[in-house]
Amino acid sequence: MYQYNEFDHAFLAERNAQFRKQVERRIDGSLTEEEFRPLRLMNGLYLQLHAYMLRVAIPYGTLSSAQMRQLAVIAEKWDKGYGHFTTRQNIQYNWPKLPDVPDILDALGEVNLHAIQTSGNTIRNVTADHFAGAARDEIADPRPVAELLRQWSTDHPEFQFLPRKFKFAVTGSPNDRAVTRAHDIGVRMIERDGEAGYEVLVGGGLGRTPMIGKVIRDFLPKEDLLPYMEAIVSVYNTLGRRDNKYKARIKITVHENGIDTIRDKVEARFAELKPLFSGVDQEMLAEIERQFAPPAFRNGPTDTFEAAREADPIFRAWADTNLTAHRVDGYAIVTISLKKHGDTPGDATADQMRLMADLAEKYGHDELRISHEQNVILPHVHKSDLPAIYAALKEAKLATANVGLISDIIACPGMDYCSLATARSIPVAQEIAQRFEDLKMEHDVGPLKLKISGCINACGHHHVGHIGILGLDRAGVENYQITLGGDGTETAEIGQRTGPGFAYDEITDAIERIVRAYLELREGPDETFLMAYRRVGADPFKAALYEDEKAKTRAA
Amino acid sequence: MPRAFTPKVVTANALLEGDVVYLTADDQWTRDLKQAELITDEAVADLRLLEAERRAAEVVGPYLADMVAGDGGPEPTHFREDFRRTGPSNYHHGKQAEA
Ligand code: SF4
Repeated sequence: MYQYNEFDHAFLAERNAQFRKQVERRIDGSLTEEEFRPLRLMNGLYLQLHAYMLRVAIPYGTLSSAQMRQLAVIAEKWDKGYGHFTTRQNIQYNWPKLPDVPDILDALGEVNLHAIQTSGNTIRNVTADHFAGAARDEIADPRPVAELLRQWSTDHPEFQFLPRKFKFAVTGSPNDRAVTRAHDIGVRMIERDGEAGYEVLVGGGLGRTPMIGKVIRDFLPKEDLLPYMEAIVSVYNTLGRRDNKYKARIKITVHENGIDTIRDKVEARFAELKPLFSGVDQEMLAEIERQFAPPAFRNGPTDTFEAAREADPIFRAWADTNLTAHRVDGYAIVTISLKKHGDTPGDATADQMRLMADLAEKYGHDELRISHEQNVILPHVHKSDLPAIYAALKEAKLATANVGLISDIIACPGMDYCSLATARSIPVAQEIAQRFEDLKMEHDVGPLKLKISGCINACGHHHVGHIGILGLDRAGVENYQITLGGDGTETAEIGQRTGPGFAYDEITDAIERIVRAYLELREGPDETFLMAYRRVGADPFKAALYEDEKAKTRAA
Repeated sequence: MPRAFTPKVVTANALLEGDVVYLTADDQWTRDLKQAELITDEAVADLRLLEAERRAAEVVGPYLADMVAGDGGPEPTHFREDFRRTGPSNYHHGKQAEA
């Protein structure tokens, strides 16, 4: 894993010391809120509905067990004993008090974590495939690239005041688990004629105007990465609209100017920038790559795993649902669900964090990952250790076997915490998950991604949910709009609205009607919800959603 | 005829804790909406907000929130203010836990 060098440490310590002084000056009244606000946001401190909120970056979702333990300490000492993992691989603390925040930042600094550039119109936390370095389908580990981008973008003097926030995602697998097509820049590591390089996507994004990213360069040689990225961001920095917040993201710049114009400008800028990159960046990348060398995998029998799987149907259900193929035989990738039915998606208590850290240390080469789907991953587990891991997870209420199923819901904080929200999302997720648990239906339904956002900003990625739910405020009442057919993978698509929304107490029934309609019309269990939707279109689902309603109104 | 004025309270977040506070008639910040001053006159509301804005070392982001007169004091007209005076619905945290 990447280790901070002296420079990183000094930079972080200095930033924290500065912020400590700024907090003091705000508290003693010498700074107004107008002066202080941009300073606190630069350090990841928001003011939400009921309290401050501190957003801590987890670069490309990778944590060591020591870092996870420190997150637990912070949750316990300065918050209410838990943390919330977000769709951008960050962790958010919902209840810090302003005078404590400098201490929290110092505690984070002790384990090389920080909250810098988790807000503001800067380049945000670079996200990556949460199975990086472990997935069987992977061409190359995307994290060295993500780390290089992190170092290049952190405190980059030219890019501190972009027209709007800017998000990168990197994947090293053909199966896109990092939603690269819904990011300002998506980097896909590819190979062409045996040569390693990148496919670069630009202008994707969700929110008010959802867009799927477009290919700006189908093959970028490895050594051209940073100058090309710098060229894109620099063209955006000049061309991006600063007159209208809603038109300021690069997706709009690309949309308004056309991808070909943008490409021409980027290539021109790239030609200017390329000679300025002396190759130091490639030396840095090589150094970073060394730090991400794979762990020493062991070669041992896996028959204890096979035996446990045969003997215990509950263990089998968990293993079949929550494990993913590892690139090394005898190993598995474990996804720990933070989606226990009826609980808040993405929340983990301090005790749970510590347990996951212990498991990573004992069985998982000391590595943990946070997924954008708000789960925790042990990327490298030998199969013979799975029964012990499962038993420990079960004790800690972390053994829910629902990864990729309908109750593995992505939900943003919504109006329970977020000051921008137009409706709640957490209780909607809780109720839907509980409903499908009560019906004992979800394993039969199979893969289905349900995603909920509490406002048009779409932090809950509802546009790319197979079923998406958007919470709105309709004349002072919570109302939930449904979209269908969204997809966040390499076959990305924006979901289509079904029609009028549903009230808070109608939305769970509505989702159940959609799922029952799917079960009726699918050609068999092998035809997933998304496949069925693509075959039959929205009409049968709309009928299930609204025909009933019409019948009721006619009867009334 | 001037259009009817929806009664208001002055509300903000406390500077140190960040939690929701309301302005009382005797210029205190209370955590309890029931104790808040319900302002029924538009000119008074604007003035009270100006006064609150000057107390930048105590609160952040004061604004006027719509309310109606209830039995025990001001009552929110919108669900957002209802959540602000209560706390989140997924945990017994925030104001509901302090009462
Ligand atoms: S989608 Fe809206 S409500 Fe949800 S976290 Fe983002 S800004 Fe807040």
